[in-house]
Amino acid sequence: MLPTAERPQAAEPAPDAVRETDVDELRDAARHQARRRKERRVAWTLVLPTLVILVLALGYPVGWQLVTSFRKYGLKQQFGKPPEWVGLENYKNLVTDPSLWAVVVRSIVFCVIVAFATVVIGGLMALLMQRVPRGPRVVLQVSLLLAWAMPVVAAMTIWIWIVDWRRGLLNWLLVNVGFEDAEGHNWLAQPLSFFIVAGVIVIWMSVPFVALSIYAGLTQVSGEVLEAAQLDGASGWQRLRYVILPLIAPVLSIVLLLQLIWDLRVFTQIKMLQDAGGVANETNLLGTFIYQLGTGKGDFGMSSAVSVVMLLLTVALSWYYVRSLMKEEAS
Amino acid sequence: MNARRLGNVGWSVVAVVVALVWAFPVYWMLNSSLLPNAVLNESTPRLLPFGGSLDNFKVVLDDPGFIKALGVSLAVTLITVVAAIAIAFLGALAVSRFRFRGRLGFVLALLLIQMLPAEGLFIAQYKMMSSVGLLNNILGLSVLYAAAVIPFTLWMLRGFVAGVPAELEEAAMVDGLSRTKAFLKITFPLLAPGLVASAVYAFLQAWNEFTVALVVMTEEQSRTLPLWLRGFVQASATREIDWGAVMAASALVAVPVIVFFMIVQGRMSSGLVGGAVKG
Repeated sequence: MLPTAERPQAAEPAPDAVRETDVDELRDAARHQARRRKERRVAWTLVLPTLVILVLALGYPVGWQLVTSFRKYGLKQQFGKPPEWVGLENYKNLVTDPSLWAVVVRSIVFCVIVAFATVVIGGLMALLMQRVPRGPRVVLQVSLLLAWAMPVVAAMTIWIWIVDWRRGLLNWLLVNVGFEDAEGHNWLAQPLSFFIVAGVIVIWMSVPFVALSIYAGLTQVSGEVLEAAQLDGASGWQRLRYVILPLIAPVLSIVLLLQLIWDLRVFTQIKMLQDAGGVANETNLLGTFIYQLGTGKGDFGMSSAVSVVMLLLTVALSWYYVRSLMKEEAS
Repeated sequence: MNARRLGNVGWSVVAVVVALVWAFPVYWMLNSSLLPNAVLNESTPRLLPFGGSLDNFKVVLDDPGFIKALGVSLAVTLITVVAAIAIAFLGALAVSRFRFRGRLGFVLALLLIQMLPAEGLFIAQYKMMSSVGLLNNILGLSVLYAAAVIPFTLWMLRGFVAGVPAELEEAAMVDGLSRTKAFLKITFPLLAPGLVASAVYAFLQAWNEFTVALVVMTEEQSRTLPLWLRGFVQASATREIDWGAVMAASALVAVPVIVFFMIVQGRMSSGLVGGAVKG
């Protein structure tokens, strides 16, 4: 950083003059450095409140969880017995106990299916929006925004009302198109139909963001390129496959990643459907499972281990998302 | 040409049908909220709210639980928004106006933290809050909410601050203003829309949040609106669910959200997908 080292050639002509410039440069450099130091101090002061609150409200719980996941920390420990270290036992249970393992697998399967379905439906809607004239497009956009804006809990009450086994609209509709068996059928009582209902609800909520994002990406595909492809004899499918898809690939991958991350953490939807009469044990996904372990059974050791697994899964997925965001930033 | 026009009409019809299907649940909420329970309990659903009234809304507004939950929600939301915007704004300034070591790492960490699921943390947060006696405490919940929304709020604000060229400020400084004054007089007014958008984002998050509140607000009198609303539809062997009131309550919770949401939707999604969607 010292400027003297950078200018050896100046040492030759006149020694006196050199000393003078050196002094000037040194003073400049010192001032410059002082300013930089001050800048840095100001910057860190500005960042400090953010750091403090994040460490307090998120960092500390993460740390506690990590520590607790290596301990036996059940009901007894809550009543004063000191938690003992058990090493990886909680994790071992998680991997070897089929009922615990089932929750992890179920969550991942649900997440992947729903995320892909969301992106496919959203993509088709985006293409539809591009295909139609302005009027119908705006109607569709407004309707998507409405669905997107609904608070999760309010949306859940509506859906629970729609699938209500006694007077819900769904069963009435099914009976009237000929499925007499639907009369009084409780969709939330069987795990499979429970997850189909949950999946439909999650897709309904998530499609608007995906469709509108992909549509925004589609509007960036220049009409000239498409026209050129058409003149060259490319069919509709070929244009989609070889021109449009490669151009909107960045948007597609980002929305798919976000959906995967978000669908791994569905909690409110599952919890409220369970409240409404689902069988809790066979319909748990990671979120509700942790909740049950922690608040219901008071097994903090195990719930911490599952939480750590969930956090690791999320961070692994998010890493790609963050990297692609940063790349977009840099470009 | 004729085939093409026919195709246009066909696709337009499809688009409108899809729109109706997607908006239907929202319509169904409003429709049911206007109908008396006697009608809702009939075996054939009524598809249009003929003979409807605002009675269900009156039932909800007269419920002391609603007023209480509204108060809690308003307090938590207000504290969250003010704290999050103030803190995130300072951070956004640092990140976009200063070059300092660790800046990139800080931004990366924020983006990662932003993705952390509340479900992976809430039991630990519950333990923490209970050990410091902040369960069922409005301030305690607000701190958790502020921490949850600050990363994305900072990221959003950073974009807005970066959008105001630093040269404007520098020019004002050349004209003799101090750095602080230049900032307050020149940059700050230009940032107002960004601040509003971020504030609305924080509002929506805090107002709609269910998961953390469920764990931390364990007592009936400290319930937020979403928790109160959930109480309505919990299955119970002893009582019938009053669907008309549930739908009216849902509408009351949802309508302000929908209005605010429309304001910030564009900015929020462009923050989420970054530069992947330009324009």
